[in-house]
Amino acid sequence: MKRFATPRRSAAMLGLALLAVPTLTGCGTATSPPDDGGGGEASELGEFEGQVSLLAWPGYVEDGTNDPEVDWVSAFEEETGCTVSSKAYGTSDEAFSLMKTGDYDVVAASGDASLRLVAAGDVAPVNTDLIPNYEGIYDFLKMQSWNSADGEAYGVPHGYGANLLMYNTEVVTPAPTSWDVVFDGSSAYKGAVTAYDSPIYIADAAVYLMAHQPELGIENPYALDETQLAAAVELLKEQRQNVGEYWSDYLKSIQAFETGDTVVGTTWQVIRNAIGDGAPVEVVLPEEGATGWSDTWMIAAEAKNPNCAYAWLNYIASPEANAQATEYFGEAPSNEAACAFRSEGSCETFHAGDEEYAAQIWYWSTPIAECLDGRTDVECTDYSQWTTAWQEIKG
Amino acid sequence: MTSETSARTHPASAFLHRHVRVRLGLLLSAPLLWLGLVYIAALAALLITAFWTVDTFTGQVRIEWTLDNIVTVISGSLYQAVTLRTVGVAVVVTLIDIAVALPIAFFMAKVASKRWQRILVIAVLMPLWASYLVKAYAWRSVLSQDGIFAWLVEPFGGSTPGYGLHAAVITLAYLWLPYVILPIYAGLERVPDSLLEASGDLGANSWRTFRSVVLPLLWPAILAGSIFSFSLTLGDYITVNIVGGTSQLLGNLVYTNVGAANNLPLASAISLVPIAIIFVYLAAVRRTGALSNL
Repeated sequence: MKRFATPRRSAAMLGLALLAVPTLTGCGTATSPPDDGGGGEASELGEFEGQVSLLAWPGYVEDGTNDPEVDWVSAFEEETGCTVSSKAYGTSDEAFSLMKTGDYDVVAASGDASLRLVAAGDVAPVNTDLIPNYEGIYDFLKMQSWNSADGEAYGVPHGYGANLLMYNTEVVTPAPTSWDVVFDGSSAYKGAVTAYDSPIYIADAAVYLMAHQPELGIENPYALDETQLAAAVELLKEQRQNVGEYWSDYLKSIQAFETGDTVVGTTWQVIRNAIGDGAPVEVVLPEEGATGWSDTWMIAAEAKNPNCAYAWLNYIASPEANAQATEYFGEAPSNEAACAFRSEGSCETFHAGDEEYAAQIWYWSTPIAECLDGRTDVECTDYSQWTTAWQEIKG
Repeated sequence: MTSETSARTHPASAFLHRHVRVRLGLLLSAPLLWLGLVYIAALAALLITAFWTVDTFTGQVRIEWTLDNIVTVISGSLYQAVTLRTVGVAVVVTLIDIAVALPIAFFMAKVASKRWQRILVIAVLMPLWASYLVKAYAWRSVLSQDGIFAWLVEPFGGSTPGYGLHAAVITLAYLWLPYVILPIYAGLERVPDSLLEASGDLGANSWRTFRSVVLPLLWPAILAGSIFSFSLTLGDYITVNIVGGTSQLLGNLVYTNVGAANNLPLASAISLVPIAIIFVYLAAVRRTGALSNL
């Protein structure tokens, strides 16, 4: 994507805006933005407000300040005249509490936050008719349990991927193929193991237990009854003896791998990308499978800039922008046409569009008392129990 | 002459002149309002929240009076363990700071020339000019596996303690050192040199002088300094987050309950623990008269 080098002129900007998103601007001019007061979806759009505030995972909103080559925000700003301000968050819980401040128009939420945001009334249903690029999204990502409720869409799918295992190739030999190196075999790297600092990491232990202790009968890592949760907690308490530090700030994780303080642990592709040649590290998707995410761009119920918010949802779902953002983060895109705009082979790495593969990733979702795997004879542990358990694991 | 002057003054000022209490009230009302509203009211709101509860799915605070949070914090083994750890860290940090601060403060107050005294005071204060975060992250890189600490001690067969409770203690002791040096320095300044000379003339060696003359006079100043390092450590969570590895203190529990768990009531209940501890500590210290040294 080329950056527009010409100086900004309001007339040129308006022209560009009219050309780029005819459906949005064509709908109405002076009509007021959606007056939902928290809940209802927009039926038509008004003028752009001139700014929009985004809350997203690191690497989702890049305007070239981190890397001049990585920039898909400037083009959006040029097109629409909506100046983007953004904040990156480290855990879904952080996103959930930040959304309560009401400072953000748009949030990119994973499945373990999205349903909670819907339940809390912090996000509004999204009228996908106002988002032309929604057409191009893979059907198997639309109207899923984590991005819709009561038959209403609550956002636009962004991308999906797996939580990977990163290891220092000089220290961790032979190259691991199993999560074993961070669980039962973690004592070999005592003090240099890392894990993700969030209750949702309990699901990673559950995925491992699914393969290694089948007698527990775990069907879905987010649907754990008391016994299964206890087993996962036990495993994580053992792991804690060997953990050097937990991470939720991805910059801290990058630094720890670069200095060698951490040599093995769970990570995201974007962290691997950021390290570059800074340290001898490699990532692998272990044989047990992995937890992962399928993210959704959602609009705040009390959004101050709903029109610019819709414009962003449309823009980031476009094949070009979706390709850039998801390639940079290291995940499969949500737009069917995005692979044409990504570098050779990058879509294959992430099995973009491969429905079967996508089904093998355990996407983050909020554990609730009503078992997600369909069991009715037991009550499952909910997220607050996971939170308590996580604090006990950390001790 | 005086009656002439007062006749010419404004009636309001004449009124205020006669009514001392009204004058005092007006003078203090603005700062008292500030203290009352912004400080005490906020603290009270925090404490009241401890008796509420939270809807775990939507994350909304529900106003239902309950003692559950308090009971959880008092009886939960996790909170007991973390409280003990926090108090332990606070005590160790305070002891280290006093041990380091005493000789430095003594040198500054009794040995150094006036010129050096000034230079040393500036040197002690200098770290306070830099941001807390920068200093904590500096220690993160110092204590890293390929950091300067490892580089220094490895030739002698040592190794860096790595991130963990030790690193947190080292960093916190460094961060609060100026707050401990300054009261002790001020206390030593007030110890007359003649007492030290008299002690020497009567045949006491320097250790005896320190123990029998300086220390009793200095005790309140040391306790005053310890209040800073002790209370600041009790509430800290950022340093522990940066260099503490997997360990967590009370501050981290408060932080995760507000941030990650979104459970403000439980966080309020946990925050009562350091408040209670510091009240006990202050009450104990008050008896020694150290508070007048602050």
